[in-house]
Amino acid sequence: MKIALMSAAAVLALAGTAEAATLKISCGAVGQELELCKQSVAEWARKTGNEVQVVATPNDSNERLALYQQILGSGSDKIDVMQIDVVWPGILASHLADLKPLAGGAEKAHFAGIVANNTVGGRLVAMPWFTDAGLLYYRKDLLAKYKLAPPKTWEELATAAKKVQDGERAAGNDKMWGYVWQGRAYEGLSCDALEWIVSYQGGSVIDSASGKPSINNPGAVKALETAASWIGGITPKAVLNYGEEEARGVFQAGNAVFMRNWPYAWALSQKADSAVKDKVGVMALPKGGTNGRNAATLGGWQLAVSKYSKNQKLAAELVMYLTSSEVQKQRAIQGAYNPTIGALYSDKEVLQANPFMGNLYTTFTSAIARPSSVSGNRYNQVSNQFWNATHDVLSGKSDAKSALTALNASLKRLAPAGFVAAK
Amino acid sequence: MTSQTLTSAAPARPSTAESSLQRSRQRMAWLLVAPALVVLLAIAGLPLARTLWLSLTDAQLSDLSTRQFVGLANYIGDAGVLADPEWWGAVKNTLWFSLLSVSLETVLGLAVALMLNHPSRLKTLLRAAVLVPWAIPTVVSAKMWTWMLHDQFGVINAMLLALGLIHQPLAWTADPDLAFTTIVLVDVWKTTPFMALLILAALQMVPSDCYEAAKVDGVPKWSVFLNITLPLITPAVLVAMIFRTLDALRVFDLIYVMTSNSRTTKSMSVYVREQLIDFQLAGYGSAAATLLFLMIALITVSYMALARRRMEGH
Repeated sequence: MKIALMSAAAVLALAGTAEAATLKISCGAVGQELELCKQSVAEWARKTGNEVQVVATPNDSNERLALYQQILGSGSDKIDVMQIDVVWPGILASHLADLKPLAGGAEKAHFAGIVANNTVGGRLVAMPWFTDAGLLYYRKDLLAKYKLAPPKTWEELATAAKKVQDGERAAGNDKMWGYVWQGRAYEGLSCDALEWIVSYQGGSVIDSASGKPSINNPGAVKALETAASWIGGITPKAVLNYGEEEARGVFQAGNAVFMRNWPYAWALSQKADSAVKDKVGVMALPKGGTNGRNAATLGGWQLAVSKYSKNQKLAAELVMYLTSSEVQKQRAIQGAYNPTIGALYSDKEVLQANPFMGNLYTTFTSAIARPSSVSGNRYNQVSNQFWNATHDVLSGKSDAKSALTALNASLKRLAPAGFVAAK
Repeated sequence: MTSQTLTSAAPARPSTAESSLQRSRQRMAWLLVAPALVVLLAIAGLPLARTLWLSLTDAQLSDLSTRQFVGLANYIGDAGVLADPEWWGAVKNTLWFSLLSVSLETVLGLAVALMLNHPSRLKTLLRAAVLVPWAIPTVVSAKMWTWMLHDQFGVINAMLLALGLIHQPLAWTADPDLAFTTIVLVDVWKTTPFMALLILAALQMVPSDCYEAAKVDGVPKWSVFLNITLPLITPAVLVAMIFRTLDALRVFDLIYVMTSNSRTTKSMSVYVREQLIDFQLAGYGSAAATLLFLMIALITVSYMALARRRMEGH
């Protein structure tokens, strides 16, 4: 009897696994990404009876791209759903499934700009999951202590940072720094550098109308000179090897006055174990001088389905669930991941958890895109040259003028006839 | 190795007088090495040939099928590898890295081996302890050192600050003046045990009667080392150095993990990976990979020729 029951159970279990499919999803692991991804994915798996495995990937976005390119390039079905950066649709499009027929119009609720960015050759290759823009985090308590107003320009920021840093060091915290950001030679530096340059009216590396490099101009030179002048003064030299999480580590431990980071850092800075809980303010990044403008680089991540997945339809259903209003709201409240659905920005609970999403709404909607659509599948090379030139200036190996002249020339070599024509 | 000794042994005898026995023995020998040769060709020869072929095309990694033959343009063209200042920067970095790390490792490895060679009860324990850095996977030790050298939370800076040797935490992996030295030092930490172990093996092969004779004659210790120990272990040290040089010229993981894409420390292998994977330039990247291969082959062959001449001279 017992044996009969057990074998019946075994048969049932076998039948169960035969019906339910197993999907593999790769999420990011910056901040709470992995935790929240696992949570939402488990919810979907419970509802639909399928199994989903979460594959961990590197934090450094270029390493993640390289991994995806390797997996997709070999036509492997190792990953069904992948989280891709806002600058990747052009690079990966040929390996991704068209989600338009499966979305059933759901994409219309999302920001049109991001949907357009994710549409390559009429195919919707990815659904927007969350959007990002560079923000300036500051210590409200320290600025109040030294009677300083939040800075409007980079020059004001440098002065304020210096004053607080000197004061706090004299008061005993010799680990205090003025301003931390992302200076490692990687994609994140391209984002930071673009913000400085645009804020000084220096254009966005490649002119999107003509497709010609536009980086060699006085605004860009001034921007890089300004950034280089921070290093060793208000910014630790080690920032030249910092990514997002390293910068957050310093700020959240209470050792920095200002930090440039993405919105995700907000939720973590407000956790119980954070040394700066309730002491943090968020604002738009400063202008480059009084004639400059505020500029935030557009970031954000999408969910795409691999063309080589054996369960494309099911994978697309998972993507639709994860990008739905319900899940985006949950992620915004718990992790400060900015929704890509406009309606959520007037949601009371979202705004209560993240006041900056209301105040800085225009910062998110007017964020500056990296030159990824104009450079197409050569964006990686453009960005690599851009961050390397910037890194050379920051580390003092080259001055801004000659580094940008060289960068302009090497970008021209990449596409002698201009980028649009080359595409 | 086997095929080399076979072919070099053959011309030593007059070929006209080759007996049938010799011929059949030679045939047998070839048959015996054939499986190894076939495997070697399949796993090393084919990929190498494919890389060579790809380096003559403009292939993209995302779509290898639509490539076109471009001749040597990837090497010597206006936009070829040899015209790229970044490539030469990587070559310079790699050569410096190899020279510095292998010299330091040899000297330190010799010192450690000499210490371990003295009979003592602790010896077995010490020998195991010395091997630990070599046993840790490079990626793990690179990550470990990155944290230990972290400017804000790292234990090294904390120790140096506490000792009063520095007044500001140093940015070991970020400061362009320090990053390269840091990489070399971490590599030395990791691979000195390898050198020490190989040299220790050589030291234990030195016949003890040489030492006894020297003792009887009252030769000073320093002279014993210079005139007996060193000449007898030199062949083994040279072989160990070849191994290390080959490894050092291909260095990738340590640099990639610790300093990512920074130009200050970029090695040839990091450059090749960047072109092949990050930029998807299968053709161009293969050209760089071929140059890397040629450079390593050239250095190895000339090093071996030099080492052989030295040993024959003695």
